[in-house]
Amino acid sequence: MFKQKRLFELSRTILAIAIALLIALVTILFVSEEPAKALSTFLLGPLKSVRHFGNVLEMMIPLLFTGLAVSIMFSAAQFNLGAEGAFFLGGIASTYIAVRWALPNVIHPAFAILLGGVVGAVFCGIPAILKVKWNASELVSSLMLNYVALFLGLYIINYFLRDVNAGAMVSYKLAESSKLIKMIPGTRVHFGILIAVLMVVLVYYLMYRTRWGYRIRLTGLNSSFARYSGIKTASVIVLAQLLGGFIAGVGGSIEVLGMYRRFSWQTLPGYGWDGIIVAILARNNPALIPVGAFFLAYLRIGADLMSRTSDVQSEVVYIIQGVMIVLIAAESFLAHYRHKLVFKEARNRST
Amino acid sequence: MSNFFNIIFSVDFGYAVLRVTTPILFAAMGALISDKAGVINIALEGMMLIAALTGVIVSALAQSAGLGLLAAVIMGALVGMLLAYFALNLKTDVILAAIAINLIAMGGTVFVLFVVGGDKGISSSLPSLVLPKVTIPLINKIPVLGSILSGHNILTYGAFLSVYLMYIFIYKTPLGLRIRAVGENPHAADSVGISVKKVQYIALTLSGALAGFGGAYMSMGYVSWFSKNMTAGRGFIALAAEAMGGATPQGAMATSLLFGFFDALSNSLQSLRIPAEFVQMIPYLATVIGLVIYAASKTRQIKRIQAQKERDAQL
Amino acid sequence: METAVFIIKGELLMQSELLSMNGITKVYPNGIVANESVDFSIRKGEIHALVGENGAGKSTLMKILFGLEHPEEGEIILNGEQIQISSPNAAIDHGIGMVHQHFMLVPSLTVAENMVLGSEPKKGLYVNLKKAVAETKELAEKYNLIVDPTAKIRDLPVGIKQKVEILKALYRGAEVLILDEPTAVLTPQETKELFEELHLLKDQGNTIIFISHKLHEIKELCDRLTIMRNGKSQGVFNVSDVSEADISRLMVGRDVILKVEKEDADPGDVILDVDKLTVINDFGKQAVNDISFSVRKGEILGVAGVEGNGQGELVEIITGLKQIHFGDVRICGNNIKPLSIKEIRNLGTCHIPEDRMTYGVAESLDIEQNLLADKHDSPEYTGKFLTKPKVIRENSLKLIEEYKIKCGSPLQEVKMLSGGNIQKVVVAREFSSSPQLIIADQPTRGIDVGATEFIRKRLVELRDQGSAVLLVSADLNEVMELSDSLIVMYGGEITAYIKDTKSLNEEELGLYMLGINRQSPEEIGRAIHV
Repeated sequence: MFKQKRLFELSRTILAIAIALLIALVTILFVSEEPAKALSTFLLGPLKSVRHFGNVLEMMIPLLFTGLAVSIMFSAAQFNLGAEGAFFLGGIASTYIAVRWALPNVIHPAFAILLGGVVGAVFCGIPAILKVKWNASELVSSLMLNYVALFLGLYIINYFLRDVNAGAMVSYKLAESSKLIKMIPGTRVHFGILIAVLMVVLVYYLMYRTRWGYRIRLTGLNSSFARYSGIKTASVIVLAQLLGGFIAGVGGSIEVLGMYRRFSWQTLPGYGWDGIIVAILARNNPALIPVGAFFLAYLRIGADLMSRTSDVQSEVVYIIQGVMIVLIAAESFLAHYRHKLVFKEARNRST
Repeated sequence: MSNFFNIIFSVDFGYAVLRVTTPILFAAMGALISDKAGVINIALEGMMLIAALTGVIVSALAQSAGLGLLAAVIMGALVGMLLAYFALNLKTDVILAAIAINLIAMGGTVFVLFVVGGDKGISSSLPSLVLPKVTIPLINKIPVLGSILSGHNILTYGAFLSVYLMYIFIYKTPLGLRIRAVGENPHAADSVGISVKKVQYIALTLSGALAGFGGAYMSMGYVSWFSKNMTAGRGFIALAAEAMGGATPQGAMATSLLFGFFDALSNSLQSLRIPAEFVQMIPYLATVIGLVIYAASKTRQIKRIQAQKERDAQL
Repeated sequence: METAVFIIKGELLMQSELLSMNGITKVYPNGIVANESVDFSIRKGEIHALVGENGAGKSTLMKILFGLEHPEEGEIILNGEQIQISSPNAAIDHGIGMVHQHFMLVPSLTVAENMVLGSEPKKGLYVNLKKAVAETKELAEKYNLIVDPTAKIRDLPVGIKQKVEILKALYRGAEVLILDEPTAVLTPQETKELFEELHLLKDQGNTIIFISHKLHEIKELCDRLTIMRNGKSQGVFNVSDVSEADISRLMVGRDVILKVEKEDADPGDVILDVDKLTVINDFGKQAVNDISFSVRKGEILGVAGVEGNGQGELVEIITGLKQIHFGDVRICGNNIKPLSIKEIRNLGTCHIPEDRMTYGVAESLDIEQNLLADKHDSPEYTGKFLTKPKVIRENSLKLIEEYKIKCGSPLQEVKMLSGGNIQKVVVAREFSSSPQLIIADQPTRGIDVGATEFIRKRLVELRDQGSAVLLVSADLNEVMELSDSLIVMYGGEITAYIKDTKSLNEEELGLYMLGINRQSPEEIGRAIHV
């Protein structure tokens, strides 16, 4: 039965993706002068060169981190959308260390990343505390705090780290010792991808093989039951959000140290929102986060290539994302078939 | 410091408060109506964005600001219905469905903007129109107050009128009564033959229409163009304003004005030697603080009532 | 009640029954037969009591009458014509109104607004509130149900809310009023007032169906009564013809389906010691009132009583789900007041919760994970960091076998199991922690016979192995078969302590359960052991 259910969930996901892609394709046909070219670039472009495939992997790295972060918070049934702000502030914190501190090679990025994680944890912990203590909606407070994070971060860059000779509002150059080494020649894929993979494994183990992960999942699925079983649900809720914030913060640090020469974000980079999409695609299962992240990154890079080589803009992927989320999250989407499946199973069992 | 007070107590500042409150107020009314029906609408942000772009495009094509406004409002209502369809028919979690709509809006508006206007950032190539400003006779003659109250965009007056209309609608009409009943005790509504789903559909559609007004104001009043992500979280601020306003039209208006005040403050203070980033942070920070104060006072209130009950029972 | 005789078109017709339900059978999807060929009828202008234990099927019968449930068999005749009641709206159209135990009112609206909700009088675009208020007032005066039409529901005491509910039904044209345990939430004064109002309603030609457990109320208020037991009607009586003892015997009598073989208990030291416990529930009502008793090693103490007489609150306190209480509860000598749920469990307490879907399982989690809930952090199943999947799997397979949980694999989601198997998952988890004290709250409610028998046997085995068992059950079969001794709760107090359950007959028990009889304080005091 559980195998059948997984099969059902998988086919449902695939169908949702197919419908979303179809809508995108129709849109492309509708707006493009050269739809064939646009389509083939969109769907196959990322596979056509090492560099482009490298782009997919590069884009995957931040998505892995925010996807994991969101999946942990959602597993505890907490709609904390602060991964966005935590990611941004993580980047700011590590920029500070990378610019202002002089440390030996490996230790420099390690310390910067760790600090980024701590800053992210503190940031996502705020809505958690507000919720547990005063029952303030973590959803609204985290949304607002994202903007606070943005302006706080820009302030730090502008007043403490800004390179006035650089023209635009960017930080000083990051120290060479702080940067993450490149992994694949011909691409910008950096050491962060290994950390990300490690993180996936760690979070998987955390969620499914430790008591803390068990508590988080149990609290998210049925908090009354968790309480009855002797679990202190309030601390579990806070823990989940601290962890989520930490991972998002680490992700932001790694993105900055791996991909940039200077800190140059002027707005929130949006990876926190992307993390929600990845988490939904992966059904909050850490083991599936890489699949979701790869898929989304592939779409993004494909769309990007398409917009560069044809007359269709990359933003078409937002439509795909939206449709996918809604359909995958829709309980009633194909519920009819699922019901049949359950019914059939029940009948098989009874005979 | 005296500079600071010069700014706050100036006529321009008073005028600016009303000007920046307008979109928040519309969206707060949108938040209110859906909240009253028991469904949280965090898609207001995306609805405003979509409506803002619709207004610009239609007003440019039809060369009529009125039609632009109409189209924006209809578009908002349609998106509201779409959210209702996802949440009520497909049974998608209403928060996830709203997140999806926000994402579609964020990217979709840029996409459409490029298709129609050839630019990804701003709609400057489109000859869009703005809605007229209105000078109120007599009132405009009053010193100080006249300059603050008169000469606003028609939608600014519309926003404040919407508060009054919302009050009438919710508290005086049969449908309003039913909306409140559905939001508070759906079983009770159901038991007297009211369709909970239908009422929530109506509420979300109206919520979208109100967000549509707010969006239209952004691109056809506040400024005269559409730019990428121009709502900048106002839909979310409106949610907080509605919650803090105790879910009443008048309360939501008061808190919207408060956030408008901080928004205007952040605009005005940019001329002072305070870091611009801090100033820009003000409205959002004020929202969080306001939300916490509100939530905390509510939990305290509940605790007090409980304690009271326990005391009573012991006597 | 006099019977009117009419001659219509030369035909002699006994126009005695206003409404009758004939041969009603209702089987729920889980196979439970809630009503079995039930006949029920009422006469115009009477107050008709419907009595029976929890689960006797009276609520189901009334739900059918109000269109909330649909019977497999049977017909409903109103005024000589067969009618179909497909929904509450249809019931209302036929002049049948129901006052639910949980009020169907909107707290922030006024009385008048609640009255007219769904069929509002209009003035232009607006609700004609003036008319609503006037109509409410008029109706209230007519039936002497005095309420302030402009008051908000949330500011009103329970008794007044109930009046609003009655008025609401009357406003919608109800002539037959079903009242579901209306006095359960009322103070004695409010009850008195309600009875006067009901008499007035009756005098004006309305018919009332009154569901209750409280026999003295039925004696005081009602004309006739129908007694239900195990889904069947036990007959219709004139209230004046039967004594309280008769009613109690008919209603509490049991059909022994399951016999549990057990030796006499050999009680040891006191494990659970409840000392002058008083609990105030969320509505500010004193739910448990100064009760004391103890449970010893190797005995099963049953708690009998009609539901809602403080048993739920008692269990919540002992298990730590609710913390605030007066008096003391000690488990193995430890006062639990400052202890967390975890710490109480660590004293060797396990708990079979009454509501298994809310407290007993996470339904979308698999069986194995559900079996782990209370011991997920014990060194047996987890090392310093990682859990021990092998041990966990062995444990789950062992428990599935031992408790005969029917499933495809330990990885099957709990929600795919039948009710009985879900309860076995709960029981397997709780019993496998070698408990000193077992709190079993309605351990076999709503599950099949096989699972019931299994769980009951298990309880006795654990008793023999030295566990102390507190068994709370509204199922008389269960408490009488399983308990070695029992206490009876009524109105938050202990009305009797029976040292040897075997010496008790159900008639006697019924009198204690319904508060007709009560032992002396000395007799009740025997429930405390040192």
